[in-house]
Amino acid sequence: MPLTQTPNLADHDAFYEDLLAAHQGRSAEESAALNAQLVLILANHVGDPEVLREALALAARR
Amino acid sequence: MPYDYQPYPYTPPPGLSAPEPRHRVVIVGAGPIGLAMALELANHGIASVIVDDNNVVSVGSRAICWSKRSLEILDRLGVGERAVARGVTWQVGRTFHRDTEVFNFDLLPEDGHQMPAFVNLQQYYVEEFLVEAAQANDLIDLRFKNKVTGFDPMGDCVVVDIETPDGGYALEAEYLLACDGARSPVRQMMGLDFEGELFEERFLIADIEMEGDFPSERHFWFEPTFHPGQSALLHKQPDNIYRIDLQLGWDADPEHEKQPDVVIPRIEKVVGHSDFRLDWVSVYTFQCRRLERFVHDRVIFVGDSAHVVSPFGARGGNGGLQDVDNLGWKLAAVLRGEAGEPLLATYDAERVQGADENIRNSTRSTRFMTPADGVERLFRDQVLALAAKTPFARSWVNSGRLSQPCVYRTAAPDSAALPAGTRPGSVATDAPLGNGWLMPRLAGQVTLLALNTAAPDLTGAQTLTPELSDPLRRRYLGDAAQALYLIRPDQVVAARWTTAETDTIQAEIDAIWTGARCR
Repeated sequence: MPLTQTPNLADHDAFYEDLLAAHQGRSAEESAALNAQLVLILANHVGDPEVLREALALAARR
Repeated sequence: MPYDYQPYPYTPPPGLSAPEPRHRVVIVGAGPIGLAMALELANHGIASVIVDDNNVVSVGSRAICWSKRSLEILDRLGVGERAVARGVTWQVGRTFHRDTEVFNFDLLPEDGHQMPAFVNLQQYYVEEFLVEAAQANDLIDLRFKNKVTGFDPMGDCVVVDIETPDGGYALEAEYLLACDGARSPVRQMMGLDFEGELFEERFLIADIEMEGDFPSERHFWFEPTFHPGQSALLHKQPDNIYRIDLQLGWDADPEHEKQPDVVIPRIEKVVGHSDFRLDWVSVYTFQCRRLERFVHDRVIFVGDSAHVVSPFGARGGNGGLQDVDNLGWKLAAVLRGEAGEPLLATYDAERVQGADENIRNSTRSTRFMTPADGVERLFRDQVLALAAKTPFARSWVNSGRLSQPCVYRTAAPDSAALPAGTRPGSVATDAPLGNGWLMPRLAGQVTLLALNTAAPDLTGAQTLTPELSDPLRRRYLGDAAQALYLIRPDQVVAARWTTAETDTIQAEIDAIWTGARCR
């Protein structure tokens, strides 16, 4: 199962808002910690190593 | 009681007065690996000479965690039961962050194995038992205070120069086995270098003697309040000896940190009192490195001389014993003229694979334990924070992934209908058999294990047709009705089928000795 690269959320704006809200009031360091935990939580949820490798490659591409 | 170090007697070797006949094997180093190597070769009928520059067993406990696989190997060498009886058996590990347990594991949750998951036993005891076994073996000539000063490969042999308290002499041997440890003089004499990573971290390692009823468990702390910002490890050993490892940071001065008036206050904080005696202290840094090749014509590297890892994961001593396990029957076959160089090349291929697996695991553990500043530390800390909140994150907590035998790469026949745990390349799994155990019945020769089916007549293999038990069924059959397992002399599964023609099995027996299936 390859990485989903087409829109897959019912409401992108709503998630974006929630994401910013979760970071609201945090220092840069606290935000980095939150992001790190989020990556770990979502990686475990995805599970598929191939998808995770593709996601890492996409994120790392400059 | 602290260990009573008894020097072994030095006897002037015959080579001082007259040239000795050519030996089959000279083993450099009478540590656990060299001694085990000689005993394993003797099991296969091959005589050897062990030379060691020293005459006492290991000073300090050093390698203490012996895995189930190592105990099975030691059992073949005659000291397995003794090691288990003398050691502290454990299978539970607990990992703490600050002062809260975040994770625990049980290494052997099922019954039906002769050997426990792990036994803690100081290296000096293991060496003592192996020395006794070696001295009682007519095929082993153990020479203390015999220091190798040089050697010359001469085509069909190696000429080894040896220095003794009574002067020098030379030995000729068909093979020279370097079992001389991480700082291997043999490796240095050959100008060979390790490749890999050196970690910039210092750990204090200490054995203390104290009365206490600490459970037989492995305890690991990340950032405990008694040692802020660093990590700590506690292991129980026999004789009321406890092993404590404390991370110190790269800036620590090793000589200063070894001083009792520095060490003792640190330990007091770990155990919460001062009612203990300091037995041994050392400060070390890690390396996770190996030689590019372990077989160099007639010089073969075994154990730490070939590869080194960080101590978290118990992969040093256990990895070395797996080298011995792999090399013994192969070298014996080559020396008997029953196999050629290609079989020795499979020692290189299989144990390089094993070493790489140990190095990979050990490197990962080390990076988790001693993260570099920046993003490494960020993720490490957040894994620990997340693990306190939710169970799934505990799988990322890495305080050492404990030694497991590697599954060798092989192109041998396999049946997908049979359980993954006993696939070709893996060490056979133990099970009860009659009044005893399966593993000892598989040792030292090629075996065809026929389960729920008749064994054909074969050349060059013993056959074993045990009555089926639940553990045998679970570990070797799964949902299949019957199976044939061909097993190497080192108890590694060579090939398996649900049904097979005699010729097919016979061809795989031949392939064991040519190494043709190794990948």
